[in-house]
Amino acid sequence: MKVKVTVMPKKSVLDPQGVAVRDAMRHQGLTDVKSVRIGKFMEIEVEHADENKLHEICRDLLSNPVIEDYELQVEA
Amino acid sequence: MKAAVIRFPGSNCDQDCFHVLKNDFGLDTQYVWHKDASVEQFDIIVLPGGFSYGDYLRCGAIARFSPVMRSVAAEAERGKLVLGICNGFQILCEARLLPGALIRNRSLHFVCEYVRTRLENFETAFTHAELAKSDGNLLTARTGLLLRMPVAHGEGSYTADEQTLRELNRNNQVVLRYADAHGAITDTANPNGSAENIAGIVNRAGNVFGLMPHPERACDPLLGSEDGKLIFQSMIQSAMKQK
Repeated sequence: MKVKVTVMPKKSVLDPQGVAVRDAMRHQGLTDVKSVRIGKFMEIEVEHADENKLHEICRDLLSNPVIEDYELQVEA
Repeated sequence: MKAAVIRFPGSNCDQDCFHVLKNDFGLDTQYVWHKDASVEQFDIIVLPGGFSYGDYLRCGAIARFSPVMRSVAAEAERGKLVLGICNGFQILCEARLLPGALIRNRSLHFVCEYVRTRLENFETAFTHAELAKSDGNLLTARTGLLLRMPVAHGEGSYTADEQTLRELNRNNQVVLRYADAHGAITDTANPNGSAENIAGIVNRAGNVFGLMPHPERACDPLLGSEDGKLIFQSMIQSAMKQK
């Protein structure tokens, strides 16, 4: 079973990496780029997807709720 | 008086902390491996700087789940003094023993330099002491003190939501702010983009202190500063009173 987790910095948190990449994109000619935000994507394989446990792990380990939001997707 | 310096895989300021506690302050100091179950027998617990678990995932995110951290949290709950320096500060935030988080420096660069921090609260267990410096001067917090200590980090930008910042200010939990040579809190004096120039905070109870600057690298005039001694001295005096 495949589990996909996306972790993104919260909108309210400064993402200096995203800003630097946005500026580089502008230099590359994509002048109308408004913003870039950089997060993480994790692919997890498990035998059985215990969603409650997975959410707990997303909350406690894979993301830090102070600065990040996560999205959990379980593939059948 | 027994002090523990906790070692995670990737800690690299552990020996500096050990040296200061043992040789400068004469404490019975021991390294504690992160897989050890207990720090109960110690009076002071130090989480040193470094790159625990290679900073994988987020700084401190994996170290936070090391077996020893359960005991650190229990001892902190009981009021024992816990000091987290740099990566130690990051671990304490990840462990929710301190509010907020430390994110990538605004500049994206690793900063490695001496900074000045203004002491905002000189009544905490970690900052109340007076320090007789080797040049004969007395370092005392009551004079609007600036501490000169080095920073060395890539992820030291302190961040927290509005409400947390308000609470930190209201409860005098902000202990250190980055400042210029005159003690002014300015944006140019902020090496990493920390919210409100925050360099160090204590928890609500006042017994857990995290800071990004390295006091253990500023305990000897030969190294350019001994201001960091004020923090260790305060902590040791406070721990003695607890005993």
